[in-house]
Amino acid sequence: MSDTAVFRATARSWLEENCPASQRQPITPGEQYWGGRNGSFPSEDARIWFERMREQRWVVPEWPLAYGGAGLGEQEARIIKDEMRKLGCRSPLYSLGIWMLGPALLEFGSEAQKDEHLPAIAQGRARWCQGYSEPGAGSDLASLQTRAEIDGDHFVLNGSKIWTSQADRADWIFCLVRTDPAARKQEGISFLLIDMASPGITVRPIELISGASEFCQTFFDNVRVPRGNLVGPLHGGWGVAKALLKHERKLMSEIGIESATRAYGAIECAKRYLPVNATGQVADAVMRDRLARHEMQMHAIGLTQQRIIEESKARAGSGLTALVMKYCGTEEEKRRQELMVAMMGSQGLGWEGEDFSGPEIDTVRGMLGSKALSIAGGSSEIQLNIIAKRALGLPGVT
Amino acid sequence: MSLVPTDEQRQLADTAREFLREYAPVTALRQLRETHDPLGYSMDLWSRMAELGWAGITIPEQYGGLDFGFAGTGLLMQECGRTLAASPLFASCVLGAGAIALAGSDAQKQKLLPLVATGELRLALALEETHRHDPAGVGIAATRSARGWELSGVKQFVIDGHSAEQLVVVARTGGAPGEQGGLSLFLVDAGAPGLERHRLALLDSRNAARLEFRSVHVDDAMRLGEAGEAWPALQQVLDRGRAALAAEMLGGAEECFERTLAYLKQREQFGAVIGSFQALQHRAAQMFAELELLRSAVRAACDAVEASPSMLPLLASLVKARANDCAELLTNEAVQLHGGIGTTDELDIGLFLKRARVCMQLLGDSAFHRARYASLRGF
Repeated sequence: MSDTAVFRATARSWLEENCPASQRQPITPGEQYWGGRNGSFPSEDARIWFERMREQRWVVPEWPLAYGGAGLGEQEARIIKDEMRKLGCRSPLYSLGIWMLGPALLEFGSEAQKDEHLPAIAQGRARWCQGYSEPGAGSDLASLQTRAEIDGDHFVLNGSKIWTSQADRADWIFCLVRTDPAARKQEGISFLLIDMASPGITVRPIELISGASEFCQTFFDNVRVPRGNLVGPLHGGWGVAKALLKHERKLMSEIGIESATRAYGAIECAKRYLPVNATGQVADAVMRDRLARHEMQMHAIGLTQQRIIEESKARAGSGLTALVMKYCGTEEEKRRQELMVAMMGSQGLGWEGEDFSGPEIDTVRGMLGSKALSIAGGSSEIQLNIIAKRALGLPGVT
Repeated sequence: MSLVPTDEQRQLADTAREFLREYAPVTALRQLRETHDPLGYSMDLWSRMAELGWAGITIPEQYGGLDFGFAGTGLLMQECGRTLAASPLFASCVLGAGAIALAGSDAQKQKLLPLVATGELRLALALEETHRHDPAGVGIAATRSARGWELSGVKQFVIDGHSAEQLVVVARTGGAPGEQGGLSLFLVDAGAPGLERHRLALLDSRNAARLEFRSVHVDDAMRLGEAGEAWPALQQVLDRGRAALAAEMLGGAEECFERTLAYLKQREQFGAVIGSFQALQHRAAQMFAELELLRSAVRAACDAVEASPSMLPLLASLVKARANDCAELLTNEAVQLHGGIGTTDELDIGLFLKRARVCMQLLGDSAFHRARYASLRGF
């Protein structure tokens, strides 16, 4: 057996032994563990699973040992992910710290920042949220206006951030702030880490078309932040933010694969809600065609993800393929959601109550919630701008 | 599975691109069209291709081929798609030789494949009987005669049917039209008494024929495989054909896209290059995304021919439907974005559009392949 085959077999048997059966069921949003100072485990099994993974250091297998990871290579980390997916293991910890801030801190953080924050993220002690967008700065993120003025050893923050997911439950927030109002817009921005317990911070939850949401607006009123919490150079926050956005886009392009609801998959939904003929085929030719289009699109997207990985390993290809994934993945996920609601007919219209099943309500809410996928993390239109500029060399929008 | 070409494969593609640019540019197709060339391709070009080994690219070494693998066929087809190169490569080497390799006896392979590999023997596959692709719908009967078999009926849309020396004919020896069982493959000499061949004039200026069989005699020795049991081999031949054709369509779409992109950067209106307008940029970016997805599907389908044959049917339908839709979108957008000049015969874009329309029908349109994909996936 090759080394990777040995590692795969070892990983698999460890997971089989250590992942409780209840943690191999599809997960619902209420069953996710997000960690943090005020975090609580949704169940005893969730606690056992998280603690075993934490001791094994597989919550962040590719992070260095010093920061709570297992120091594994990209390939081994992917094997663990693969095997977890095959066994249906839940993620032991949901964390913006792992998905977004961690990789940026590893690249741009000072030693003190890495020591303070990375182990806390890996061990689930700190829950993070993101402060990028503002009411007046969405797609044009670089026009953000939240001010951070230097006052001795501190920055003093004034302004507000919107779409700060879970800010009401987070311990820390990473923010883009304007430190030099005179500079060209991208050049006067810095990246700050802010303790949510600081005086002067208030958080207001936002209700969405899909109902209560994790999104909030966060207000800063003369909030004092130590200068040591600056990540990267002063006025150099845009570079950090761009690196981090790439992680977010990758995450969003994978969203269709790891959806966390009670909703059925598209094919199962079709079989439950549409008439089928004697051979098990969806009888309505138009619905069957729509479903086939969707499944084929997902198949092609999956093959393209695989091609990107193979090309990067072989150092082949244009390197531009990844630019299309966020756009293709989120647009198709919206189509899938609309298709499922359409298949459910009037059962796909329920908002709440006993007249509709859990999967039905989750499908409706999912369809409404999916509208944000092609807006957050760089809207589809921004993605197309980026493709036009970087892949096609067309002149920038003036 | 491997979705990245090896160095060897990349080299093959580079060589092919240079060769085709020199010997089979788009102007060569224009010339064939203008001179009403009776063959529809250049025999000189075909000998040169055969000399490079292309005619035997997927044929095993023991039968005189290069045994390069189907990924190589895909790359050649893709390059041919870029210059609209007319040749017997697809009909003879992918479909014809594929049928012999998959259904024929060892003696038949020994005798025929080396001749295909040198380019001397050109084959064609006679399958369709109506204007819609329907492999199981074959109805023309091969009936037992004292000396072998007798074929009667009409075959449509036979690519290179008028020029091939031998025809692989799909006929029914049992069952009823619509059934997969009861189909057989026969090798029929182009000069056989009772066979009439009529070349069709299609919009792409390439080759397709209608064949009429009137009590054509076929020796039993010319049967490929067991009588009545051709379906599995036929499916594989068609799936290989779909993968190869999708590769050609990818090449055509890429070429169309690159020419359009160059035009967007050069054409000025309202005092600016039109490629600076966001409305057009977004359409170009969407085409780029479509091409990227098609590229992955083409590689996967060609790779599956040898690496994972059990996945081939699903991937062949995936890639043919995608190639159809992508080719339709890209050729239409290419005309639209070129504006008035895009509708003229002077510009090559129209030739790509015309070729795409033939490829889109050949071996199944998108509706056919989405329905087949759904069946294979169990819905």
